[in-house]
Amino acid sequence: MNARVDPTPAKPTAAPAASIKTMLLQHPLLRPLAALLLLLVLDAALVPGFFRLEMKDGHLYGALVDILNRAAPLMLAALGMTLVIATRGIDISVGAVVALSGTVAAMLIGGASDDAPMGMALAASMGVALLCGLWNGALVAGIKLQPIVATLILMVAGRGLAQLLTDGQIVTVYYKPFYFLGSGYLAGLPFSLFVVAAVFGMTTVLMKKTALGLFIQAVGINPVAARLAGLRTATLIIFVYVFCSACAGLAGMLITSNIKSADANNAGLLLELDAILAVTLGGTSLAGGKFSLMGSMIGALIIQTLTYTIYSLGVPPEVNMVVKSIVVFVVCISQSGEFKQLIKRRPA
Amino acid sequence: MVDAQRPVLEVTGIHKQFPGVKALLDAGLRLYPGEVHTLMGQNGAGKSTLIKVLTGVYQPDGGSIMLNGQAIRPRSTQHAQDLGISTVYQEVNLCPNLSVAENIFIGRYPRRLGMVDWRSMRRQASELLKRLQIGVDVSKPLADYPLAIQQMVAIARALLVESHVLILDEPTSSLDEAEVQTLFGVLRRLREEGMAILFVTHFLDQTYAISDRITVMRNGEREGEYACAELSRLALVNKMIGAPAEAQEAATETLANGQAERGEVFLRARAIARKGVLAPVDLELHRGELLGLAGLLGSGRTETARLLFGADKADSGGFEVDGRQVGFSNPRDAIAQGIGFCSEDRKHEGAILPLSVRENLILALQARQGIWRAIPLKRQQQLATDYVKWLGIKTASIETPIGSLSGGNQQKVLLARWLATEPGLLILDEPTRGIDVRAKQEIMDYVSKLCRKGMSILFISSELPEVLRVSDRMVVMRDRKACGEYRRGELDETSVLRVIAGEGA
Repeated sequence: MNARVDPTPAKPTAAPAASIKTMLLQHPLLRPLAALLLLLVLDAALVPGFFRLEMKDGHLYGALVDILNRAAPLMLAALGMTLVIATRGIDISVGAVVALSGTVAAMLIGGASDDAPMGMALAASMGVALLCGLWNGALVAGIKLQPIVATLILMVAGRGLAQLLTDGQIVTVYYKPFYFLGSGYLAGLPFSLFVVAAVFGMTTVLMKKTALGLFIQAVGINPVAARLAGLRTATLIIFVYVFCSACAGLAGMLITSNIKSADANNAGLLLELDAILAVTLGGTSLAGGKFSLMGSMIGALIIQTLTYTIYSLGVPPEVNMVVKSIVVFVVCISQSGEFKQLIKRRPA
Repeated sequence: MVDAQRPVLEVTGIHKQFPGVKALLDAGLRLYPGEVHTLMGQNGAGKSTLIKVLTGVYQPDGGSIMLNGQAIRPRSTQHAQDLGISTVYQEVNLCPNLSVAENIFIGRYPRRLGMVDWRSMRRQASELLKRLQIGVDVSKPLADYPLAIQQMVAIARALLVESHVLILDEPTSSLDEAEVQTLFGVLRRLREEGMAILFVTHFLDQTYAISDRITVMRNGEREGEYACAELSRLALVNKMIGAPAEAQEAATETLANGQAERGEVFLRARAIARKGVLAPVDLELHRGELLGLAGLLGSGRTETARLLFGADKADSGGFEVDGRQVGFSNPRDAIAQGIGFCSEDRKHEGAILPLSVRENLILALQARQGIWRAIPLKRQQQLATDYVKWLGIKTASIETPIGSLSGGNQQKVLLARWLATEPGLLILDEPTRGIDVRAKQEIMDYVSKLCRKGMSILFISSELPEVLRVSDRMVVMRDRKACGEYRRGELDETSVLRVIAGEGA
């Protein structure tokens, strides 16, 4: 469950019961999990049949599956964003990369018979995403632009390029096999969930089984000391931006496949902000350093569940943003150290 | 003597306590109009605390500050400036993208009919700079001019407010020789105009080139006030470092390790230099030898170490490791050749605070192995447990964040970080600064033990007795140059002081 990189190796046998309790209570994932559970309980009370799952034609249907499926692109984006934020950076070009990679995939696949084979189209789409990440990374690590400014360039340029490629039109994909990515089912579950699970699993293994997690934290916490300890700080920073863009590229493919078309104007719009939010909700500090991949996953689910709740309660869409901001405010406040101290001081 | 006059600024009996530290005990200062007065003292002597009290950054716990015969208590830098105490800091804190004139007048723009009177502003700015005999185009952005000119602009800004006292806090540390001369020219002109100038520096040559009088601080107290002409360099350094008599006692109990087996040359640096930082230096580091690097702060000790480690790139000169030509353009290159470096700035350049003792300890070794060959957790724990035991690191567990350890124990973890890489040469820059006596002793004992096993060690410290005690050989640095090399026993403390002070051995 816990994906926090390099946790204290637990020695449950030696620890007395009381300390296990405090460990659980102080667990960094406690708050995001509690927030998610609270939302789910609220849904269960307000939405009839919220937890009901049923098999139809070998597919699992239900609100929970729906939330997971819709959260998939955000979860991917949040995974990438987590590592960028861990290095004290930020990437606000995620939405633009989603649009660009989706556009490239859709245009290459198209629907006519002489179009590029799907594998090649997807590879090209991923290639474009990787190039985007390389660009961001080079600006941040090479030219030492502030991350928010560096990625702002691509945020504007990426979507603009996508719109140029499509003449501002929506590109529809007619090639059926491509639909499988974003709306297909495998073993009864949406295929996109397997994509997310695979990326999450691979990233977790990468962070835990190699020294990457330690290095990313070290660079995020103290880049000067990290360099003097012999880390390739620039390479590491470029890597996290490339990784973030790759995740965004995958998210772009999922979204394009799901809506069977590439919409350069709207695909992935503001996804970067939701991703940053998901990371923050998951307990990773924007100041860099320690990060939690699982936390970001839960953060993404909180955001998606919230959206679902608002819609299913029949709240008008225009209220959506306001409600979302209030919930985010409450969750963030509850994680703020200053706020906790304020509360603690009161009774004293 | 100027004593006939009344001092413009008289500071007496200032004390200031920080949690756990008495920064100032009985600090004092007398500043007369028309003099350049240098404030000297070693690191931690309380110079900067005193300056911060004068400029309103800190509030003193007691004592008095008299400006023109009136008691004052600066509440903030702004307040100090309004009272007539202007300060120019080491890092110029102006706005590089505004014009020279705007920088001088910032916050005090001359107005006409409610609008900024640009023409009058530029005219006044030009006149001010002319008074300093600096000819620059005041409408150009400040960033177009070199650092020295920027410093003049900062001074011009101070002149604008009709200051009585001008404080220059290490203004020369990032200037080259010609720029220093320009600055001194300006200071001399201001002195003629009757300004009282307080000059803080580490450079002895500059002190003697410009000062009328010197106040020496030691351990938060005023050690004494001297006319520059009547105080020899040797006496000055003596007063900064402390009475040589007591120090000599410590120096006599040298480590009883006998003469270590001095092996082959491990690292040879030929005329390595960096513009504005270090004049060409030759160094040879032998296996099994502890080389001490002595000198005052700013003498080029740390700068030499950083070049040897590739933390900064040398502009010229070359390196040989075990007789092979190598180049160091970043720390990775040096680490690959088996060099380790404990920085003097533990907090900013060493410890990665929220990470655990274990993670901090294996970081350099892991960095050398690369990302893919992760050290197995078992091995990491083994390494950490071993070094915690060998170095006597006091920590709740190896998973405790390093930030919750005491300074001495953090230093030991960082030492272990490099020992784990089994380096051929370990550079220790002030490894014992700010840690308690016992940890100091333990670290130095361990280091000399390693040395006897064949490691080459470069040891840098401000504490001369310590350098004398542990070094097999010693290089003395002064004013960004190496100025002497001595074998153990060749020098006693007084003669080293003489070299540091630049009076010949």
